[in-house]
Amino acid sequence: MSQSVENIKPSYPLFRDEDYKENLANKKAKYEECHPKKKIDEIFEWTTTKEYQELNFKREALTINPAKACQPLGAVLCALGFEKTLPYVHGSQGCVAYFRTYFNRHFKEPIACVSDSMTEDAAVFGGQKNMFAGLENAKALYKPDMLAVSTTCMAEVIGDDLNAFIGNAKKDGRVPDDFPTPFAHTPSFVGSHVTGWDNMMEGILRYFTLNHMEDKAPGKNGKLNVIPGFETYLGNFRAIKRMLKEMDVDFTLLSDPEEVLDTPADGEFRMYAGGTTQAEVKDAPNGITTMLLQPWQSVKTKKYVTNTWQHEVPELNIPMGLTWTDEWLMKVSELTGKPIAASLEKERGRLVDMITDSHAWLHGKRYALWGDPDFVMGMAKFLLELGAEPRHILCHNANKRWRKAMIKILEDSPYGKDCEVHTGKDLWHMRSLVFTDKPDFMIGNSYGKFIQRDTLTKGKEHEVPLIRIGFPIFDRHHLHRDTTLGYEGAMYILKTLVNAVLERLDEDTRGMGATDYNYDLIR
Amino acid sequence: MALRQCAIYGKGGIGKSTTTQNLVAALAEAGKKVMIVGCDPKADSTRLMLHSKAQNTIMEMAAEAGTVEDLELEDVLRIGYGDTKCVESGGPEPGVGCAGRGVITAINFLEEEGAYDEDLDFVFYDVLGDVVCGGFAMPIRENKAQEIYIVVSGEMMAMYAANNISKGIVKYANSGGVRLAGLICNSRNTDREDDLIEALATKLGSQMIHFIPRDNAVQRAEIRRMTVIEYDPTAKQADEYRALAQKIIANDKLAIPTPITMDELEDLLMEFGILEEEDTSIVGKTAAEEAVA
Repeated sequence: MSQSVENIKPSYPLFRDEDYKENLANKKAKYEECHPKKKIDEIFEWTTTKEYQELNFKREALTINPAKACQPLGAVLCALGFEKTLPYVHGSQGCVAYFRTYFNRHFKEPIACVSDSMTEDAAVFGGQKNMFAGLENAKALYKPDMLAVSTTCMAEVIGDDLNAFIGNAKKDGRVPDDFPTPFAHTPSFVGSHVTGWDNMMEGILRYFTLNHMEDKAPGKNGKLNVIPGFETYLGNFRAIKRMLKEMDVDFTLLSDPEEVLDTPADGEFRMYAGGTTQAEVKDAPNGITTMLLQPWQSVKTKKYVTNTWQHEVPELNIPMGLTWTDEWLMKVSELTGKPIAASLEKERGRLVDMITDSHAWLHGKRYALWGDPDFVMGMAKFLLELGAEPRHILCHNANKRWRKAMIKILEDSPYGKDCEVHTGKDLWHMRSLVFTDKPDFMIGNSYGKFIQRDTLTKGKEHEVPLIRIGFPIFDRHHLHRDTTLGYEGAMYILKTLVNAVLERLDEDTRGMGATDYNYDLIR
Repeated sequence: MALRQCAIYGKGGIGKSTTTQNLVAALAEAGKKVMIVGCDPKADSTRLMLHSKAQNTIMEMAAEAGTVEDLELEDVLRIGYGDTKCVESGGPEPGVGCAGRGVITAINFLEEEGAYDEDLDFVFYDVLGDVVCGGFAMPIRENKAQEIYIVVSGEMMAMYAANNISKGIVKYANSGGVRLAGLICNSRNTDREDDLIEALATKLGSQMIHFIPRDNAVQRAEIRRMTVIEYDPTAKQADEYRALAQKIIANDKLAIPTPITMDELEDLLMEFGILEEEDTSIVGKTAAEEAVA
């Protein structure tokens, strides 16, 4: 065949060689027993119609291409944000391999996470034995300072009780009594990865503070607690810290995986790096209050912080875009008595300048958008601020209350009038939507690339380009390093959105002698 | 007073649901605020309180709504006799799915929706038959029921089940606060039943908290889908349940049970003449062989 040592080609363009083409055509004709091309085309066309969309939205029993992941994935990310903490998943091995690869592919980093490998016998007798051996081995082998335990479906279906199992393991001397083992039940068939993050956070806060509240009082340490929620943009951790530092605010970021998800290649492997310390968690009830960056995704944490720490959690939105970043910073200033830093005022001015510079290109552009509840809401809000029009908003893992709040935000803007909000729907629903009511762009994770391919298949004029903002992003490198929160994040989003418009315009106007009357040097 | 959460276990058919509801009715009559959580797919833990066949269960409503997340508390919570809050977890059809998971889901739902409000005095979990899997242990896990009552009678299988349930409790008692609070003897009119159960309770490190005599008043009330307390407050049997209720209100004898071995249980039964001494010489002998001998 045409592969040679001197010139090794990947599948593309290798399969474009004549012998491969022939081979593949032969296989298709002789063995695949597929329907005639005409029939396939006919069905494809049908799936792009309004009629199909109506059937698609009546779908009850099946999810196709979910726009969400499962609880323990979120629990693992939350645990990674604490110092020398090893995420430990009580359940089956395959699930944990999935969590690791999912993060590997997004962050391009090794992810430390263990499972206690429950199998058939554990399903029958319960997983206590696995917990005993697992805790003991994980501690001995990987020398963490904390094991943060979550669960997979299997352990949840058989009703394994983490509190009892971990307690018994300690009684049995598998790990010392005072060795930190916070836990959270994270059944994958309930909620999504953002629920799991929330549950694990609550579990960790509960473990370190529930029985140590006597000498605690809000405001005692003068620090502000910040809880990010399921957050995968490393730049966001950095931006939040930078803003608070510029305002000279003393703070505790509860779960900070920025270091461990971005270790340098200098010859030394770091299984653990950075992260919130146990001392910081223990002292957190003494904070002025606790700010939730993603409040829709932090329900359980909020309840705990409110009830046990007696914190008055400010009612804020995710600090995305201009207005909500303003509100966030003003609240920080109000809570701490520190004025908004001059540097941040200047940064804001620059953002406003950028918005006016690019406004003409973004005005009236229509977007389809999906992702996690707080991200989607923040993104939609910023689109409205830019004069862009969200057209299809889809959030697989949001509830009815979120939907109402989202609709309210859209109704308050002239640019949100024609927008539809879909919750509990998947990306196959989104595919229907962008076929029957074409937006200019889609904003979402890498899984949207298949929708883009399908729309292009129908014809160039139907193609909806994907703008990759969200999680996961597997097919582009290093986007996870960028920022979506604060003025800095708004700048990044704005830059990404407007350049996508200009890229597309170039693509449409470079037809020599046909459309290049608008193929301009200056945009 | 602080909320006390109690779970009622016992062999299938022993009268758990009837006893629980009569007991709860007596507590309600004494001015206590009570919630009953039925943890049995049969969903018959609240019918006497509500005068209904079976109330809509959490799992049934969840299946209808598509997911538990779309349920509201008022969809599944009914108010019965004496302002008692009534909930049934429900579960799958026989032979499919996982009833244990149904119990876990239902109790989590109640917690998240704030069913355990501050003015409640008691929550009673009425749990199906044996603790067959982790799901049915849910009521005795952390932050749930701290007091377990086992309904038992002087029959061998009922006592066998009581001992087994004690084994289940031990598993959770060592790491949590759950304790065996007593055996409730629901009489089947067997010989020296009260002494026998008293003896069993002692061996388990617990107490027989009350002996409920057999009385047809219970059945008469039951066919009217009522508790005795409500149907005929003057009946003698109503006083028995009132006595049980008062004993439970005052109960502070909470113990980690000491389950006994099968041999010990058999010895106890033999002592009371329920089990005959085993004649090992006839084991494995056919009728023909015995005829020859």
